[in-house]
Amino acid sequence: MELAFGHPKSLKPIQTKYCPGCGHGVIHRIIAEVIDEMGLQTKSIITNPVGCSIWADLYFDFDSVQPAHGRTPAASTAIKRMLPDHLVICYQGDLAAIGTAEIIHAANRGEKFTTIFVNNAIYGMTGGQMAPTTLVGQYATTAPNGRDPVEAGMGYPIKVCELLATLGGTKYLARGAVNNPANIKKTKKYIRTALEAQMRGEGFTLVEVLAQCPTNWKMSPADAVGWLEQNMIPFYPLGEIKNTLQPAQTDAAAGER
Amino acid sequence: MADDIRLMKGNEAIGEAAIRAGCVAYFGYPITPQNELTAYMAANMFPKGRTFIQAESETSAINMVYGAAATGARAMTSSSSPGISLKQEGISYLCGADLPAVIVNVARSGPGLGGISPSQGDYFQSTRGGGHGDYYTIVLAPKSVQESADLTYEAFALSDKYRIPVLVLADGLIGQMMEGVKLPAPIDPASLPKKAWAAGRQAEEGRAPNHVSSMNLVPEELEALNIARFKHYETVKKELCRYEEVQVEDADIVLVAYGTSARVSLGALQAARAMGVKVGLFRPITLWPFPYDRLNALAKRGKRFLAVEMSMGQMVEDVRLATNGQAPVDFYGRCGGMVPSEEEVLAEVQRLLAR
Repeated sequence: MELAFGHPKSLKPIQTKYCPGCGHGVIHRIIAEVIDEMGLQTKSIITNPVGCSIWADLYFDFDSVQPAHGRTPAASTAIKRMLPDHLVICYQGDLAAIGTAEIIHAANRGEKFTTIFVNNAIYGMTGGQMAPTTLVGQYATTAPNGRDPVEAGMGYPIKVCELLATLGGTKYLARGAVNNPANIKKTKKYIRTALEAQMRGEGFTLVEVLAQCPTNWKMSPADAVGWLEQNMIPFYPLGEIKNTLQPAQTDAAAGER
Repeated sequence: MADDIRLMKGNEAIGEAAIRAGCVAYFGYPITPQNELTAYMAANMFPKGRTFIQAESETSAINMVYGAAATGARAMTSSSSPGISLKQEGISYLCGADLPAVIVNVARSGPGLGGISPSQGDYFQSTRGGGHGDYYTIVLAPKSVQESADLTYEAFALSDKYRIPVLVLADGLIGQMMEGVKLPAPIDPASLPKKAWAAGRQAEEGRAPNHVSSMNLVPEELEALNIARFKHYETVKKELCRYEEVQVEDADIVLVAYGTSARVSLGALQAARAMGVKVGLFRPITLWPFPYDRLNALAKRGKRFLAVEMSMGQMVEDVRLATNGQAPVDFYGRCGGMVPSEEEVLAEVQRLLAR
C-alpha cells in the first residue's frame, strides 16, 4: 500500500525549540514537504537567519549556511551563483529592517534563490521588540504604548511583497499565512510555485508567510491564530502579489487565485 | 606567454593574480584608491564564466564572500579603509565559521572618511582581528606590484590550507603605481581539491548534512572552539612568519618598516650606507603572524630600531613587544596621506645616532 501521509524526510523527526503555537514549525514542515515532493533533499541549502529560526539548521535535514543578521540575501546570492543547480532557500525573519538593503538589491538583481519571509509582526528571539511589520497600535516592548508611526518615530508597517513588486528582477511574490489549515495549504502551493520557478531559473521569488508568535503577542496559541486573522490579514492581504512567471508554469497556483 | 613581464597597476596585478589563483567569485563596491581592481574583475571574471557582482555595499559584498566561501569556492573582495571597516562584521563571521577568503585592503588615510592618499593607519585593525570576538586573520603586506601579485596569488592557497581569511594589506601608492610584473601560472579552479566541510553537492558526496555557522550558545562548547582555534593559530605562527632583511648583520640601527614605508626606508638605507652609516632594514611581510622572535633575537644582539610607518605609530607597538625592553625602539611616521621621504628618514637616523 502506498504511504499517503508521513513525516517529511527533509525534516528531522525531533522536537523543536519553538514555543507552543509558533508558526515556524508549520512553515518548516511545508517547505520540507515540497522539497521531498520535488526530490531535492540532498540538493538543497538553507540560509538560516538571526532570530528564532536560526535553529532551522537543527531541523532541516540538508546543508545549511548561517550568515550575519539580515545578510542572508547577500550570502544566498553567492551560494546560488556558485551552485546554480541547487535549491537555495533564504529563510528570513530579519529582512525588513537590518536586511532591507540586501533583500531589495538581491530582488532587483533577480537572484534565483527563493526567500521565505516569515512575518510575525514582532522580534521573537530578543523578546518582543517592535518589528518593521508590527501593526499600528500593536504593543511591543519598544512600543510600550503601541506602535505610533510618526510622533514616536516608529514608522509604518512595511508591506514587503508590495514594496518589492516594483523591481524588475522579481518574478513571483506571494503572501500566505499559517493560522489555519486552508491558509497552510495555500501557502504550501505558493512555496511550491516559487521553488519550481527557482529550479527553472526564472528570477527572484519570495513567499511572505504571516505567522503567529503567541509568546511575544502575549496571548494563547488559540487566540493568536484569531488575532492574525482579524488584524494581520486585513492589512497584509493574502494571495499572489506579483506573478510574472512563464504562463504555462503557473498551473499549480492558478487554482488558488 | 606566461613568462611575459607586463606593465600593470598594482590594483590590476592583484586582480589578475586572483584570477590566476582560481578565484571564481569576486564581490566589490566602489571606493578609491582600489577602483581599478573592481573594474579589472568586472572586465575579466564574467568572460571566464566566473562571478563578479558589484554589491550594494561593502557589507553586502563581504557577506557574498561568506556565501561563496561556504560552498568551498575561492572568493575575494577588495576595498579601501572605510570600506574595510564595514566588512569587519563579515570577517568576524568568516573567522567564526572557519571559512577561507581573501580580502584586499588598498588602504587610504583616516580616521573617518579621511582622505584617498596612501596610509598605513589600518595596522591595528588588520593585525588584531578587526571585528568583534577573539580571532586573527593572516595579514600579508606587499611592497611592490610584483609582490602584490605574488602575495595575492599565495593568499588563496594559505587561506584554504589554514581555513583562515587572508588580508592583503596594500596601500593607495602600491595600488596606483605601475611596475613590471611577472604573473604566476593560472590554476584551473576545477582542479582544486573539494572541501569536505563545504555546503552543497551533498548528493554526489553521499554525506550527512554540513552546517556552516559561527554560532554556538553553549559557553563550554564555544570556549573549547575558541581554544582550538587559538591552538591552530600557534601552528600558523610557527609555519608562516615571513620577513626580509637588508644589511642587518653589521647595522648600528635597524629600520623596521613594511609595504610602501619599507621602500622608502630601503632608499634611506642606501643613502646612509653611501655615507658610511651602517643602517639595516627589517621588513615584516606577514604582519600577522608578526615576526616577533627574529626581532627579539636581533634586540638581544644589541641592535637598536627605528620603526618607520605611514601612521601615528601602530606597528611600532609590535616592535616594542618583540624587543621587550631589550633595545631602544624609536618611531618616525607621517600620516594623513603623507608618505615619508628618504631624506626625512635619513635625517631621523642621523639625529638618533648623534644623540
